[in-house]
Amino acid sequence: MEHYSMNLTLKVWRQKNKDSKGAFETYPVKNISSEMSFLEMIDVLNEELIREGKDPIAFDHDCREGICGMCSMYINGRPHGPWQQNTTCQLHMRAYKDGDTIVIEPWRANAFPVLKDLVVDRSSFDRIIQAGGYISVNTGSAVDANAVPVEKDNADAAFAAAACIGCGACVAACKNSSALLFVSAKVSHLALLPQGGPERKSRAMNMVAQMDKEGFGSCTNTGACEAVCPKGISIENIARLNREYMMAGAGSDK
Amino acid sequence: MKWSEMFTSSVGKKWVMALTGLFLIIFLIVHAGINACIWANDGGTMFNKAAHFMGSTVLIRIAEIGLFLGIFLHIIQGYMLELQNRSKRKQGYAVPMGNKGSKWYSRSMALLGTILLMFFILHWWHFWVPARFIGHEELTEININGVHMHNMYNLMQFTFSELWVVLVYVFACFSLCWHLVHGFQSAFRTVGVSNSKYLTLIKNVGIGYSVIISLAFAMMPVSMYLGWV
Ligand code: HEM
Ligand code: SF4
Ligand code: FES
Repeated sequence: MEHYSMNLTLKVWRQKNKDSKGAFETYPVKNISSEMSFLEMIDVLNEELIREGKDPIAFDHDCREGICGMCSMYINGRPHGPWQQNTTCQLHMRAYKDGDTIVIEPWRANAFPVLKDLVVDRSSFDRIIQAGGYISVNTGSAVDANAVPVEKDNADAAFAAAACIGCGACVAACKNSSALLFVSAKVSHLALLPQGGPERKSRAMNMVAQMDKEGFGSCTNTGACEAVCPKGISIENIARLNREYMMAGAGSDK
Repeated sequence: MKWSEMFTSSVGKKWVMALTGLFLIIFLIVHAGINACIWANDGGTMFNKAAHFMGSTVLIRIAEIGLFLGIFLHIIQGYMLELQNRSKRKQGYAVPMGNKGSKWYSRSMALLGTILLMFFILHWWHFWVPARFIGHEELTEININGVHMHNMYNLMQFTFSELWVVLVYVFACFSLCWHLVHGFQSAFRTVGVSNSKYLTLIKNVGIGYSVIISLAFAMMPVSMYLGWV
């Protein structure tokens, strides 16, 4: 495709800190190359703001190559912008044309409070992982990597679920602010592998309990999460989690 | 898991919705089957006999209590779910996501359910309350092969002689169809069916079920209003 440059109007959510109210600010940006990434475009704007002595726009990012899950922008009514299976950092300006207006908002959910501008606190996800998204391994010499056989189909499904980068776009997209795509990806990843066996039941129960405590909603299978997930996590994982949860819960003594 | 978590945890609540929803799906097949007897073209004899049977055994009286429990559980849990889910995002988006990623009817289950609830109240007032409790001047007695019974067919024909009633019923069936197009397949996902080969089948069967059941119910008042039966 041919390179081109464009002038855009950005409407960005600005909020000083957790407790302040926040509002949209409008910024014109000029001479943006179609080859830039979306975050580079924000970098250009921020440098200009700094030159003018203004506060640059705060946003989360780290790897800028679609693997860490830090970037989080709700762009023109869609988490991670218009492209399918894509993170904000991998969105490029060739998705836009001269004269476009782009509205940028932070993830919105009570469980993801805004810290500043576009940065939200996603530590609720960390606490869900701490509640059960792990396996316990005895210390000592490492077990031979191929000692435990895994069926190929299960290995593939576990691998696909493990692709979740914990970005939170599923929550941002969900009308119920449900985190079930994330939680079900983590539960499925371990439930499908023999290593996840010993803690399988407590994991499903504890992760769901923590998710509820953090203030995420209940899933109603609308599918919005799957549509925006940068890693293509399937909502079949949610059905698996529903099953894991009830098998563990109905089979427990307490 | 404590029993109460069936009604308090996010996943438990969904199981209650799914099990009561599936129960209602089965009930609708029975209900539509019996009502379809009006099309036997025998002046309502077959339908009256079927309706009489549904009120004549103690087993069906017990099932009726189960049905009411199921409906009320589904409705109460449905509103709880909707209200709690709505409270999870205090500050909304300036640009809503709309149809980017989900279908309107999957996001409107409580609205469609509310239309159904309002319809149920009218529907109970039309048929269940007169038949069980207070009677109706158009609910005459009839004698079929020596058995005395209500002439429900007559009450149906009277009720569906009013155009607005027919229109309300048809509108309710439209809501039912969309509630079920999402609800049927969603219920199976909720009870843990995760294999894609079943999910594809269930989705298609669900669409078929929703359209056929809703169309059958909608055609009953229409047939009577237009004098087809
Ligand atoms: C004949 C009547 C009805 C039938 C057959 C029916 C069936 C269903 C089914 C199968 C589901 C899917 C459950 C799941 O996703 O696990 C559902 C969900 C739901 N229903 Fe109903 N329903 C009926 C009436 C109502 C009424 C009167 C309301 C009133 C509020 C209602 C509100 C809801 C809500 C809020 C959901 C949750 C949406 C979801 O979880 O996907 N329903 N219904
Ligand atoms: S499931 Fe997808 S959208 Fe949700 S956190 Fe994981 S990668 Fe992000
Ligand atoms: S910055 Fe790491 S995924 Fe976008």
